[in-house]
This record gives sequence, structure tokens and C-alpha cells, in this order.
Amino acid sequence: MTIQDIKATRRGFLAGSGLVIGVAIAPKMLPAAPTGVHAGGDAALAPMNAFVKIGTDDTVTVLAKHIEFGQGPFTGLATLVAEELDADWSQMRAVHSPTDNKVYANLMFGLQGTGGSSSIANSYEQMRKAGATARAMLVAAAAEDWKVPASEITVQKGRIKHAASGKESGFGAFAEKAARQTPPAEPKLKDPRDFVLIGTELPKLDTHGKINGTAIFTLDITPDNLLIAVVAHPEHFGATVKSFDDAEARKVQGVVDVKQVPAGIAVYADNTFAALKGRDALSIEWDLSKAETRSSEELSADYRKLFGEKGLEAANNGNVDEAFKAPGLQTVEAEIVFPFLAHAPMEPLDAVFIKADDGSVDIYNGAQFPGMDQEVAAKILGLDETKVRVNTQLAGGSFGRKAQFGSPYIQEAAAVYAATDRSRPLKHMWTREDDIRGGYYRPMYAHRMRGAINAQGQITAWEQVIVGQSIMGKADLDSTSVEGASNLPYTIPNLRVSAHNVQLSVPPLWWRSVGHTHTGFAVETFVDELFQKIGKDPVEGRLALLGEKPRHAGVLRKAAEMANWGSPVPEGRARGVAVVESFGTFVGQVVEVSVGPEGAPRVHKVWVAVDCGVAVNPNVIKAQMEGGVGYGLGAVLFDAVTLAKGGKIVQSNFHDYRSIRINEMPDVAVEIIKSSEKPTGVGEPGVPPVGPAVANAWRRLTGAPVRQLPIVNIVSA
Amino acid sequence: MVTFTLNGQERTFDGDPDTPLLWVIRDFEKLTGTKYGCGVAQCGACTVHLDGMPRRSCVTPIATIEGSEVVTIEGVSGTEADAVKTAWTGLDVPQCGYCQSGQIMSAVALLQMIPKPTDADIDGAMAGNICRCATYHRIRAAIHNAASSMEG
Amino acid sequence: MNWKFAITGVAALCLFVGAGTLLSPASVAQDAKTDTKTLKPAASFQSIANERERSVALFQEAGKVIQHPRCVNCHPATDRPLQGANMHPHQPPVFRGDGGMGLPGMQCTTCHSADNTPVVGQADTIKSIPGNPAWHLAPIEMAWAGKSLAQICQQIKDPARNGGKTMDEIVEHMAHDELVGWGWNPGAGREPVPGTQAEFGELISAWVKSGAACPAS
Repeated sequence: MTIQDIKATRRGFLAGSGLVIGVAIAPKMLPAAPTGVHAGGDAALAPMNAFVKIGTDDTVTVLAKHIEFGQGPFTGLATLVAEELDADWSQMRAVHSPTDNKVYANLMFGLQGTGGSSSIANSYEQMRKAGATARAMLVAAAAEDWKVPASEITVQKGRIKHAASGKESGFGAFAEKAARQTPPAEPKLKDPRDFVLIGTELPKLDTHGKINGTAIFTLDITPDNLLIAVVAHPEHFGATVKSFDDAEARKVQGVVDVKQVPAGIAVYADNTFAALKGRDALSIEWDLSKAETRSSEELSADYRKLFGEKGLEAANNGNVDEAFKAPGLQTVEAEIVFPFLAHAPMEPLDAVFIKADDGSVDIYNGAQFPGMDQEVAAKILGLDETKVRVNTQLAGGSFGRKAQFGSPYIQEAAAVYAATDRSRPLKHMWTREDDIRGGYYRPMYAHRMRGAINAQGQITAWEQVIVGQSIMGKADLDSTSVEGASNLPYTIPNLRVSAHNVQLSVPPLWWRSVGHTHTGFAVETFVDELFQKIGKDPVEGRLALLGEKPRHAGVLRKAAEMANWGSPVPEGRARGVAVVESFGTFVGQVVEVSVGPEGAPRVHKVWVAVDCGVAVNPNVIKAQMEGGVGYGLGAVLFDAVTLAKGGKIVQSNFHDYRSIRINEMPDVAVEIIKSSEKPTGVGEPGVPPVGPAVANAWRRLTGAPVRQLPIVNIVSA
Repeated sequence: MVTFTLNGQERTFDGDPDTPLLWVIRDFEKLTGTKYGCGVAQCGACTVHLDGMPRRSCVTPIATIEGSEVVTIEGVSGTEADAVKTAWTGLDVPQCGYCQSGQIMSAVALLQMIPKPTDADIDGAMAGNICRCATYHRIRAAIHNAASSMEG
Repeated sequence: MNWKFAITGVAALCLFVGAGTLLSPASVAQDAKTDTKTLKPAASFQSIANERERSVALFQEAGKVIQHPRCVNCHPATDRPLQGANMHPHQPPVFRGDGGMGLPGMQCTTCHSADNTPVVGQADTIKSIPGNPAWHLAPIEMAWAGKSLAQICQQIKDPARNGGKTMDEIVEHMAHDELVGWGWNPGAGREPVPGTQAEFGELISAWVKSGAACPAS
């Protein structure tokens, strides 16, 4: 597919939710065309509705309203469509849908967007209906053509059949005719007992291009005459350009221009290396008068000063103050400090801008909120929103990084493009350093925990104070700061959770599993410490307090059973456990840990039990649990973005912001709890339990509780 | 002017001799399967085969490869490459997929040197390739599967 | 990272400029401890009358090179090289392999070239990737990391732990080996070892000629 097809596709798309056949134009494979995949798929395919297109070659293309950056929505959404369409899996394809905040809205957000592990959850009925609608239209077309009653027609594995007349066809022959049928008002959906695809291990649709180098990501879009732009950013948050000298930069072979832009100093060049070399040759004086100049250590001290002050109430059950005054109590206290975390997706942020003959602009990027990107870019480019098309591309990971309020990355990139005369296509890219130092981190948090144990060994009171930035930018309580803590799953009679919002010029953002990244750790390590004090088994202790939480208990029991919890552990190793609900999905994990070569935990094995309702694609669910474990474990063991004395960002690339590597990856076993509940997400929920499970094992192995992350910093200190 | 072979075809480059092979491949040859991930040989996303050996193209100035043979993900072939790609497909290894070209180039090189690698061999050869989606569990299994398939 | 060294290096130079070539044994010993950034010429040790003391002092001076991170990082005590001024384990993780050239699939040459390679437009803490045609790890029996200078001294003299070299061959190796010489030309962003390879070679030569005595501890 090429840029040449865009106009044709847009006509098909703009005609509404699909009762018009897309105009068939043979793609012009000009060498000058960019290799980016435009949104909406092949214009030559007949659209059944906004989500399904059928080709004369029998292929069924699902227009995914959610971005595919590894969590599997292409495959998941196509599974839902194929199920109700009675398609054969081999004929299924998926592409990104065009951008439209109404037609392609995330039904949980009210605008188009991916996040909160919601892709399957919000699409479950919508995509099944899209498949069922297309099926009904195909059947109606066949009935008309064969002159038989529609009710006598069956569809199975992509074949339309009429038994009495012996007539049979694939979908393709009826694609165009079907597109002209009136869609049923309320398509009938299958009883889940009749599912043939949902719940089976279907191969992913996007694997092929990702193993032979043909999958196109934003960075791979290389139209002729492309200008590459990189921006020199400050090393302090909140710093601005005071002055700069670009004389040396302009001497670099291939550098075309240098301009000051809101984000810093932009260097424009004919190729990437020239842009990087040019940027290196800039000399810039930064104005630090409004910059954050405190170090992480100073911030941590400032955060902890707030523990004693009255915060925003998130939960207050029973009477915590009274409960702590009861005689004969044993009290336990802990303070835990969490660092800033960068998401560090493999593909750093990037975007490509191409002006069309009519002055409108195509943007190609890994758009997590494409409608927001469109709105923001249009404003900066001085264009009507209808003149800006956001073409969502495969993205090399995100983990939350590409879902930003007000699209600040697109603001930067669009401003860099707007500063040109737009005569050349432009690719704006971040280097790894721009990414690690680019902010929008999982915020720093400090937790203070207090627990009371009575003489009978019962946990009678729990107080938790959480200090950190509000991701949502709120002045009052931000639920993402306290989720998982304010709704503590354990039955404890006196519970108080409060929060303090801190203002910093370090921009915060959600990071794979959001509040659960820290609340899950604090809650699950602290409760485990209390059980150890009481002398209760960590699994039995939890189960005893999860009486009202059967799905928590279910995954915990299953993980313990998988690990053969209670069986002897090999010499020099210990096991730890944790259970966390996030985004409506329940995950229990047991880990087995020893002291590794660097003196840090070596995690050998992780047993994962997950309850995400109906398991749409077990293959994808298992992959997300495996990946979530690795992502969470890497951060807990190795990662922090720290501000040095004076506020300069210390880390810059993978040598000092370590990613987990294959030699550090545990063996992971996953089991999925059978369920008929509505499906919930799996992209994030695998992350939160692994950190506390490892810390719990570590405490039992070494006696040292983990009060500061990452763990490697404590053991090497 | 630097002359080298790219996936079997002779190519020349007469730009800045400091230009890393990565950017020559991507920007000038427009072969985009080889990825940028760090630029400092930390992540392995840019791995190619240089004269038959795995090499991080991001730290390989084009001036240093005069007369060399470069093979990228688009051109890698042979028994090991076929076995690796089949095994990768069978286990649906990729998630976001961005690092996978580099992973596959490293895995093929490993199997060319050690047809039946142990877990330790896999750690040794693959620890230079970062996958932020942490598909490592399946990468390991896929390398074992590829090795088994080559025996048959 | 490197500017710090540059500044301390300049300070050290200022301190020791004009210290002269004739030093008392006491000041030599003291200087060896405090000044690790400059290398005194072998001739400056002539003032030490006692041959054994002179020999020890010469080796202690050479120790500024031998125990410098540039040298120790590739004489690790385990199979994993070290990296950087703080001698942390090499990232990405790499291991010795046959001939100290790395493991199959992840040999030194996967990243290191015949020359230091400048890194352009990336991390300000990685200015170059070091390189040399002979880039490899010293054999494990030649491990220096974690050892005292006295232990290293004994090791260097022991043919079982020095690659079977005679003392003349040791002098030749230290004075002229190209990979040893990389220490004085370690690429942008890395502090070179003090002095010159020729001066270092002269120190080793004078040490051998004076009986190759080793420090007591």
C-alpha cells in the first residue's frame, strides 16, 4: 500500500459507516512513494461497515481502532470479527483504522484511543456485532443471487452454502453485492457455547512481517526528498533556550537548516546521521531559572516530609487512630520510595509529515490517541482538522508512553514541521537519549505504611500514605495514585489511605499498569511482612483475608498450585507470592529467587495464574503475561531515572537505564482461569505482581526488606 | 567512496565516511528491516551480518567496511535462517516486533556457530539484544525449536 | 563523565609541575599513592640508592598504569570484562569465550572495531566505542581485578601466570604491545593511563634490571 491510495480510501471512509463500496484503484507502486501503511487498509476492498472490508480474493480485513504495538489487538479484534462472521482464520487480515473520535471511539474513553488494557474489553460486543453484520450482509447477497431464502444459508469457515441447491461460495464473490445490502439493525450474536475461534490459540496476524523485516514502523517511512529533524533538548526539566550558536552545526555535510522551536533547537538534515552530527555540533546556553534543580534524593526527602501532614482521603473504614491505640498491639512500619521510570519503548518517538497537493497533511505515527494527535497537529499547522490525516502505524512498543494528554510529542514534532516551508516530507525522531531524558515518567512516589497486629495475630489496622505527582494533573485526589491501595482487597477492619499531590516540572505519565506499579508493590510487600511477623504462610494468610474476593483467591490458589507451594525449595532459593487486580483482570504470581552474580536477585521461575474473563486468544494472553513479567521485573531490579544534584538527568541510554535481558529473564509458566465473565485486558495486569513477589522472596531469602527501588541499587550500595 | 556488498549486490557510498552502516542501510539503501534502538551497541536492534559475523551496524562507520559483505534481515537466508524464521512463526515470538530483526540476525549467527545451543549458549549470544516487550521466553524456546528442526 | 577527569588531571599536573627529577624515596612512595594521573620517568628513581627499594618504587610507579581501569577492565577476575572508570561489569553482558574473544554470537568484534569508533549524537557518557585490532580479554590466570599490586607483581613474574613470558619478554610486551598501547589512546570519553607507553616500558625495564622486586603488600 502506498500514499497514492489515501485519497481513494478516504472517499470510501468518509462516505460513512460503510454502505458504499470503496473505489477500486490499483495501487501505484512508485519508487518515490513512502512505505508507510496508510490508515484504513486497501481501498479496493468492499467495506461491510466501518470495521470490516472484504476482498474479491476472499480476504477479510479488520480495521482495528486500536494501535498494534505488541499487545495483540490486531489479532484479538480480528478474532471477534471472524467468530461472528464464521470466517476461516487464514482469510483474516488487520490494519489500523482511520482516525475518527466518533466512529472509532474507545467505548470506555469516548474518543479514539488505546490504553488501560481496554482494547478487547471495550470491543468485545462491538467487533462481534461488526462481524455478525457483515455475515448477515453476505448471506443476504447470496440469497438474492441464488434466489433462495436467507434462512436456509449457512456459513462456516469462510464458505457460504445452501445445502438444498448445493450452491457454495467464498466471501469474495459476494463482497461488492454484500456491501450494498442493508445491514441488520440488531445482528444476532452467538451463544458463547458455540464459539469456534474465541478461546482457541490462533496464530497472530502480525507475526509474518515482523520476522522478515517487512513490517513498517514510523521510523521506516522513507519517502524521497525526506528531511530528517532532531531537536536538542535541555538536560534539566523546565529549562529553556537562552542562546545558541549553530555555526558549526551548519557546516556539517547534509545539514539543511537549524531553527529554534518550542522544544529546543531543531536541526534539519538530508539524512539521519547528518542531523545527529549537526545536533552534536550545536552550542546552547540553557536558562535554568524555571528548571527543576532538586535531585532525586532531595525530592525523596521533601516527599517524606509530607507523611505527617493531612492528605487527601482515599479510604477511611473503621477507626484507624483508635485501632492503633489498642493495648497489646504489635505495630509494623515501612517507608518505600519508588523512582521515576522511563517507558523506553524500543522505537523512540517519531512522526512523519507529508503535505499533499491540496495543502493537507498526512501524519504517520504510532498514534495511541490519534484524534488528539490530529487536533493538536491541526492547530499547530494552522489547518482545519479535516486537512490533517493521522495514519496510525505499527509502533515499536509504548507501555503508555504514546498516550499523552494534549499530545505533547506531536506538539513538538508538528512545531518542527511547521517551522519549514513544508515543501519536503519531514521525519522527526527522538534518539534513545531524548527518550530516556524526555520525561513523562512513571512518577516518583513515597509510601508510608503502618500496620497493627493484635495479640491473636490478626491484622486490625492498616494506614497507607502515598506521596507523588498526580498523573491526571489533579488538585484533588487522583484515583490513579491510590488505585489498588484505597480498594485494598484484604478484609482489614480499620483502613485509611491518603495521598498528597506533589507539583514538579518533571512531566508524569502512566506507565504499564499505572498506579498498580507502586501500590501493588507497597501493598503486597507490606502484607507479606505482616504475615511473616504473625508467622502465617503468605498464601494461607492472604486467602484468609480474601473471603470477599473470590477471583483474587482463585488466581492465588492456582499460582500456588502450579508452583507446588509448600514443597521444598532448592538450596539457596526462596519463593515469594503476590496477587494484584488491575484493569479488572486478576493475576497471581509465585516466583523463585536466588542471589545472582551481581548480588541482586536472580529470578529463576515465575508461575502466573490469570483471570481475565473470557479468554479471547490464550496465545496472546500468555504472551502478555510473559512480557508483563519481564517488563515489570526489569524495572524493579534495575531501573530508575534519577536527577543528580542540581537537577540534571543522570541516565541517557540502555547502558545506564538497564533493560532486562535474556540472561535475566525467568522461565514463565502461565495458566488461564476458565471464566464466562466478560473479557478484560491483559496488556498491563501481568506487570504489578512480579515486583512484590520478588521482594517477598528476597526478604525471606536474605532477611532484607526492599524499601527502595530498583533493587540492584540497594544491593550494590 | 566505499564499495561493499549488501545482500549480494555491490553497492557504493560516497557520503560522510563516518556515517554508521545502520544509517547507510536505512537512509540511503532504504532497507528498513534493520532498526535503530540505541545508537551505542547496547540493544542489538541494528544487528547485521558483516562478513558472516553478527555486527552492530550502529557503531560501524561505513569507511571501515570497504570490500565487506553485509547481510540484513531482508537478505538473510540458508538452513539456519529458514529454521529460525519457521520457529519464530510457530511460537508467535514477536510482540511489537521492532527488535525482532536484530534478534533473528543474532539467533541465525548463533546457530551457524553452534547448531545445538544450550541455554547458556543462548544467553551468551543473545544477551546483547534487548526486547522491551520481553519476548525472551519465546526467543529461547524458538532457538531450541530451530535447532531441533535442523537435526531432522 | 570525562570532563571530571580532565579537571582533576589538570589539577594534578599543576600540583606536580616543578617537582623536579630528583625525589627522595619517601616522597616517591607518597607521590605514588596520591598522584595517579602522571607517570614519573624511570630516571627519576635513580636517587633511591637501595636497589630493592628502587625496584619496588619503580614497580609502584608502573602500578599507576597496571591498576588503572583501562588495564584492569580487561584483566577481570571473572569471565566478564569490566567497563568504565568505576570498573562495573560490562554492559551488555559479554563473556570471555575462546581466546578471550567473546562467546559465539557475541564476540568482541560484534561491537568493537580495529579502531576507537566515535559515537556521534548519542549518549554524552559514551563518546566512543573502544577498539583495537587485538581487542580481547587477558587470560584468567592474568586476572588483576581485586588484587593488590604486590599480588599482581608476583603474578607478572610467574611464567605460569604471565603467558610463559621471560622477563625480557615482559618488558617487550609492556613497552611495545599494541593492545597495551591502547591504554594511552583509549578514545574519546575515556581517561588514558598516565605517561606514555615508552615511559611505562622504561619503568618496567628499569624494574627488571633492578631485580624485579615486588612490593611487600
